[in-house]
Amino acid sequence: MSQETSAATFTSDKAAANRQFLIQQIIRTVGMLPILILLGIAFQLMSGRFISPQNLSIVMQQASINTVLACGMTAVILTGGIDLSVGSILAASAMVAVIGSLIPDMGMIGIPLALFAGLVFGLINGSLVAFIGLPPFISTLGSLTAVRGVARLLGNDTTVFNSHLPFAFIGNGYLFGIPWLVIIAFLSVVVTWAILRRTVLGVHIYATGGNESAARLSGIKVWAVLLFVYGFSGLMAGLGGVMSAARLFAANGTQLGQSYELDAIAAVILGGTSFTGGVGSIWGTLIGALIIAVLSNGLVLIGVSDIWQYIIKGLVIIIAVALDRLRSKGGART
Amino acid sequence: MNATASPQAGAETGLPLLEMAGISKTFPGVKALSGVNLAVYPGEVHALMGENGAGKSTLMKILSGAYRADPGGEIRIEGQPVHIDGPLSAKTLGIAVIYQELSLSPNLTVAENIYLGRELSSGGQVDRARMLADCQGVLDRLGATFGPSTIVSTLSIAERQMVEIARAIHANARILVMDEPTTALSSRETDKLFDLIRTLRADGLAIIYISHRMAEVYELADRCSVLRDGSYVGTLMRDELKAEALVKMMVGRDLSKFYKKDHDAKGSRGEVILKVRGMSDGGRRVNDCSFDLHQGEVLALAGLVGSGRTELARLIYGADARIAGSVELDGKPLDIVRPIQAVNAGIVYLTEDRKGQGLFLDMTVQENINLQVVGRDAGKGGLLDLGKAKQRAVNAIKALSIRVAGPIVEVGSLSGGNQQKVLLSRLLETRPRVLILDEPTRGVDIGAKSEIYRIIDDLVQAGVGVLVISSEMPEVVGIADRVLVMREGHIVGEVGGTTGVEVTQENIIALAAGLAQPSAAA
Repeated sequence: MSQETSAATFTSDKAAANRQFLIQQIIRTVGMLPILILLGIAFQLMSGRFISPQNLSIVMQQASINTVLACGMTAVILTGGIDLSVGSILAASAMVAVIGSLIPDMGMIGIPLALFAGLVFGLINGSLVAFIGLPPFISTLGSLTAVRGVARLLGNDTTVFNSHLPFAFIGNGYLFGIPWLVIIAFLSVVVTWAILRRTVLGVHIYATGGNESAARLSGIKVWAVLLFVYGFSGLMAGLGGVMSAARLFAANGTQLGQSYELDAIAAVILGGTSFTGGVGSIWGTLIGALIIAVLSNGLVLIGVSDIWQYIIKGLVIIIAVALDRLRSKGGART
Repeated sequence: MNATASPQAGAETGLPLLEMAGISKTFPGVKALSGVNLAVYPGEVHALMGENGAGKSTLMKILSGAYRADPGGEIRIEGQPVHIDGPLSAKTLGIAVIYQELSLSPNLTVAENIYLGRELSSGGQVDRARMLADCQGVLDRLGATFGPSTIVSTLSIAERQMVEIARAIHANARILVMDEPTTALSSRETDKLFDLIRTLRADGLAIIYISHRMAEVYELADRCSVLRDGSYVGTLMRDELKAEALVKMMVGRDLSKFYKKDHDAKGSRGEVILKVRGMSDGGRRVNDCSFDLHQGEVLALAGLVGSGRTELARLIYGADARIAGSVELDGKPLDIVRPIQAVNAGIVYLTEDRKGQGLFLDMTVQENINLQVVGRDAGKGGLLDLGKAKQRAVNAIKALSIRVAGPIVEVGSLSGGNQQKVLLSRLLETRPRVLILDEPTRGVDIGAKSEIYRIIDDLVQAGVGVLVISSEMPEVVGIADRVLVMREGHIVGEVGGTTGVEVTQENIIALAAGLAQPSAAA
């Protein structure tokens, strides 16, 4: 029978196919890590002080808020969506955090209030997408503007300060020598990984992004998945707001978080997550966020002017993703 | 009709126009072709047959320069070894491929498409007058009813195909590869295409014709070569072309064992398991449909495409909204308005649109197989049980003999038949009582087809009720115990089972086309 003969050839090819698959998996997992390492080496050679404990700690702190935002963004983009409003939500949440911290004797309430604010804004985004069926780009573009207005309204368009911020340790303190910002960012990555890869919800997120109509037909509650990812993204933006406020002892509705959504999206895309959804990993996002932070830090160290930093950062993002495309084309399906 | 261009005569006396000898192609992990031979003579239509994945497309891609063959083989044109290292060199050698997906620019004119990349110019200016005149000549030769200045987007699929052929002829192609050219054509258009192919044959072109449709091969082919699992099986002359011989060459065994039906229709048929009454949607595509499905029975839903079969299935499954009707499972009324309720009750639906609405192509085999049961397997916190998931996947791969390197392989990289088995496993993991299969063997090769029939037979013997929707008459007749025929949204008749009317193609077609109700035999 043909079945037997093809089964035989199949077995002999099995080891080779397995090996090739393993290599592909490794390449996909490692992703942009070589670029991150190359950038680090290059900046060390050019500046002579990039790789030092102090500077690496600064780089990670610089990456921390963007990493937190990118965690939520990863979940959203995995469903094939986009969240343009995270910068504005961060600003509004930071305002809530500082205003809440001014309440006498219970200033810590600023943290849950800010997280709650972020979650609510995210759920509003999610409802627009899941129930009304607005395209994610449109609904979050609307909230990008509207929530920015809310942020300004919260402080009557002024900067709010609290020099005795009860949770200032988050922005400036250390635990066992590691900045709290970095610990929070790393925990966010771990929690996101657990949701995406170890829960039923995670499977449903990938499934929704991979093939929405198949997801519906197989009985997945697509609306619940969408509501969750936008809510999660909002919550993460709220956390980013707390981190920002804690670092600055202040919040300003106009300036804070401007164009943060672009850095978060860049981190996700650098991390290899497909813009059409269904493919990607949170570890890639972490590496993407680190690449962006390394670039910002390294370019300052070697004395590149502000204007050129923009140009170089943009080009690196384009080139890195283009290289990735070429590489994945090489491993075409047979 | 082809007395003037007898390929048999050519085979004895003349030189083949094209010879491919010992062609192999290895993809990472897969040997797609091993030592394939093919000889094509001028003035013949040479059919190339084989299951999906047998290597036909790979061989043609090597011929057209899209792939490079492994070293060792040789391609000769008129006896001269040639080196095809890209699409351009294939073109220069006179090889042209008419693809399934047409490759014309719809917003340009016929002449512009024919001349694309080779525009005539005089003094730096495009010489439209000469281009139009030249094209008119080619179109006339092919018997086209449209002119060279027609915009391609206004043409029908058949006419566009003619433009593609005109383009090939105009570029002096001598070897024309046609890959499933009739898939999108009506029967009248197919006849016209065949006339055209005969004209080209009379002109001395060599035509390699790839098709799954036996009838076309009988009608058109002078010879037929068969590939199986990447190897060359043999070539049949026109007078040797018989269905049994061809299938045996393609599959490697007899057709008689093709449809497996070990369960006895009368013996295994049990209680009514699914009772559907008065199903209607709002849009007049399903009207007042009622039927019973018994335990251990294969009930087929036949009818023309568009008769409402898929729509009825989707109503039962809760994928679309019904305005009237009821469903009972094991005597218990169900109110299904969402797919998840059907799945939880034990009714699953295999979509006809495997890639669009069935599988998650970027996800692994394991993830796809477990997709609908991860919730059931999960602990309280919704945490995945990866050990169990892997076990399920490994068992399913074995049980349905899915050919895949392991459970952690993307489904998109599998062949159609294996993809279909993955989708089927996903449904079976939910332990359904009722299985609705919509075109279960569409786009699946013959080997996997018979394996899917075996799976259906096993399920029925285990007491599952199976409702099959199929447009393939031999399939319906081969596997169904009873057939309901739909026409224009209504169930218009029944054959088999207790009706006394035999399940035959004629009886089903008579009902589907609206002819008289066939009477019981004796």
